[in-house]
Amino acid sequence: MKAAEFDYVRADSVAAACRALAAAGPGEEHKIIAGGQTLVPLMAMRLARPALLVDIDGIPGLDAIEARDGALAIGAMTRQRAAELSPAIRESVPLLAKALRFVGHLQTRNRGTVGGSLAHGDPAAEIPLAAVTLDAELEAEGTGGRRVCRANGFFEAPMVTAIAPDECLLETRFPVWNGARIGTGFQEVASRQGDFAIVAAAAQVALDGDGRCTRIAAGLGGVAPGPVRIGALEDELAGTRLEDGGIDAALASVGAAIEPDDDLHATAAYRGRVAKVLLGRTIREARDEALA
Amino acid sequence: MNRDIAVTVNGEVRRANVMPRMTLVDLLRDVLGLTGTHIGCEHGVCGACSILLDGAPVRSCLIFAVQADGRTVTTVEGLADGAGGIGDLQDAFWECHAMQCGYCTPGMLIAGHALLKENPEPAIDEIREAISGNLCRCTGYTQIVEAIAFCAAKRRGEDGS
Repeated sequence: MKAAEFDYVRADSVAAACRALAAAGPGEEHKIIAGGQTLVPLMAMRLARPALLVDIDGIPGLDAIEARDGALAIGAMTRQRAAELSPAIRESVPLLAKALRFVGHLQTRNRGTVGGSLAHGDPAAEIPLAAVTLDAELEAEGTGGRRVCRANGFFEAPMVTAIAPDECLLETRFPVWNGARIGTGFQEVASRQGDFAIVAAAAQVALDGDGRCTRIAAGLGGVAPGPVRIGALEDELAGTRLEDGGIDAALASVGAAIEPDDDLHATAAYRGRVAKVLLGRTIREARDEALA
Repeated sequence: MNRDIAVTVNGEVRRANVMPRMTLVDLLRDVLGLTGTHIGCEHGVCGACSILLDGAPVRSCLIFAVQADGRTVTTVEGLADGAGGIGDLQDAFWECHAMQCGYCTPGMLIAGHALLKENPEPAIDEIREAISGNLCRCTGYTQIVEAIAFCAAKRRGEDGS
């Protein structure tokens, strides 16, 4: 399987990339290529057939990781492997650090980018799940200027995100949780380590000196058109000691928040069941880490 | 629409005129004649086409040759000793019988090579994780894991057995 014919340009600035994207003729698609680890398979299978690829790999400054205004801003071109190894991410956004180990294989993480995974929006992808769970915001630039979107709402349908055809993602800002007792959990079920998750679950909790949960974020991937945050469960567990019985009871609210589908890999019923089990495990994992 | 590119492959600058749709693995095999790198699935699942790009293992079916312009590539041919012999990791694969049909072997060697460069003393689980992106349908993986561990032990001056 080979990609269909296309033309290729290397952009030397975001503005030049956006201009090249906006120059698409009627019925034509111009697409950004960053690491290509989602896009190239789609092109090989002819599920994507862009007329032009705009390579943003050489644009300076798109792979910076920096703390700013209570968040950690991660440049769109940051390689997943670089993010996985980044001390700043491990320190400030530990949930993302944990999720990154599940993203593809080493060979694809070496190429694949944080921004690319977000811009494509595979419903089972780990980075979008971490972004929705932590309520990250994304900044993009288009020919009309810059805008900021919340991760919550960015993932509109499988492989459809709020990014416009002439826009280039610049960075994603993950809120940094402060406090001594923060724990994270990330778990998934996949047919092989590194394959797309059938279901993935993420949780981050903060506990006070008494072991009471002062803040909790919990999300699921692979069970809806995009990642979903389970707000009702969070409300139920906030202020508690996250005891096993309380977690199990709160998981009852998962069903209403998800809309799993049947596919080749699993039935909707299986996904719904696994979602609850995994989310329970991630919350306990996060709790135990915070207590340790 | 063709592009002139220059890629340093196994230490030598190689120039080619390619269509943007040509993958890096097709450039290596069909244009440069380096058929050591194998093509399996062509969509990033099997790992047979693994190479080192600027020193890091990647899948060469998921990179277009034009993207590699100006970069450095090492293929399985580049792991050999350069004097017509084989490298120590390849020797360990031979010693441990870490292949049957050999289709996955170049990718396994690249994955093993990259692991040992980063981690000279890998645990068995770490070896298994390092090759988890590479499919083998013959060996059951056991001898591949053993070969990488054997090579690591030999490099540390142990006898490996």
